[in-house]
Amino acid sequence: MKLPPLLAALAALAGLAGTVLAQPGATTAAAAGPAAVTAPSTAPSTADGIAQYRAMLADGNPAELFEAKGEALWQQVRGPKQAALTQCDLGKGPGVVQGAFVELPRWFADTGRVQDLESRLLSCMAQLQGLDAAQIARTPFGQGEQRNLEALVAWIAAASRGLRFQLPQARAEERQAYALGQRAFFYRGGPYDFACATCHGQAGQRVRLQDLPDLTRNPGDGVGFAAWPAYRVSSGELWTMQRRLNDCFRQQRFPYPGFASEVTVALGVYMGVNARGAESVAPGLKR
Amino acid sequence: MADPMRIRAQANGDKTTVRVLMSHEMETGQRKDAAGKLIPAWHIQQVSAALNGKTVLTAQWGPSVAKNPFLQFNLKGAKPGDKVAITWVDNRGERRSDEATVV
Repeated sequence: MKLPPLLAALAALAGLAGTVLAQPGATTAAAAGPAAVTAPSTAPSTADGIAQYRAMLADGNPAELFEAKGEALWQQVRGPKQAALTQCDLGKGPGVVQGAFVELPRWFADTGRVQDLESRLLSCMAQLQGLDAAQIARTPFGQGEQRNLEALVAWIAAASRGLRFQLPQARAEERQAYALGQRAFFYRGGPYDFACATCHGQAGQRVRLQDLPDLTRNPGDGVGFAAWPAYRVSSGELWTMQRRLNDCFRQQRFPYPGFASEVTVALGVYMGVNARGAESVAPGLKR
Repeated sequence: MADPMRIRAQANGDKTTVRVLMSHEMETGQRKDAAGKLIPAWHIQQVSAALNGKTVLTAQWGPSVAKNPFLQFNLKGAKPGDKVAITWVDNRGERRSDEATVV
């Protein structure tokens, strides 16, 4: 009696092929069944899988290597003026690092500008150490002084890990930066007619397998603005918010914004103020 | 001089979990730069761990190990206060040793 099992096997094979090949058209009733059952369960399990992957890697987040480097750089005497950054004012007084990150970008009296962490570090490196800020801003990411900047950002962000974002909005300049950031966020343009809001204007969106945070509100602890700077496993680099924004502009096929330019800082203010109360997990870990 | 490693060794009864984060480019030798020229291979080849000077682990690594590699292993019989030393040697002959105390 070999025939019935063989037939059953053939039927099973046909069923398999049906689920793989006939999914869009659903040519057979049998194929439509399994396809319809598996489709809804894929979305949560993919997100779960990524969460599991992050949890496995979180124990050995290589961002720690950048933090260690940044801590040493903060105290290291460098530049034409032979000075350390220990007197750098990040908004909470000269040399105060802890808690500074969750209140940036903010307005600074000495420069008369609203500055994010990267642009503030550029000011400090120029004023205290005599380094050429414009030259550093022109340097491509991941090269030369930019590597030092990444390490400093990692260490300063880590000093505020677990704290909640509370960007100041007391000054008119800071509210103006928020308004500018909001306009930039919703500004559509480029060959794709894209805006930041196209991807980040509503909850539950994703690109490929990555969940996209809704940045018009607080997307939650350690999500969106509260997840950066972060170590990217795929490229083995530490990405600051400036680099993250730069890549967002690239993905929209916009011209690249200047490093630490007004519009990038304003976008930081917009996202940061929206994320008020969110817990910072930076430096985070990204795929 | 290579950047330092981050080593954590945590004792839990008889079992000690050692976690090591190494800073290395781990270039495979297969990639090309912007000018189309092959980037020469540069990766860790040997890793060894010693507990109070006695070797407890050796490993041979190749180009398939990720950039900034993370190594975790368990040690039997280590006590708080013991020294765990990790050494790596790359294919350029460069080496780095760091030590941590079991807590």
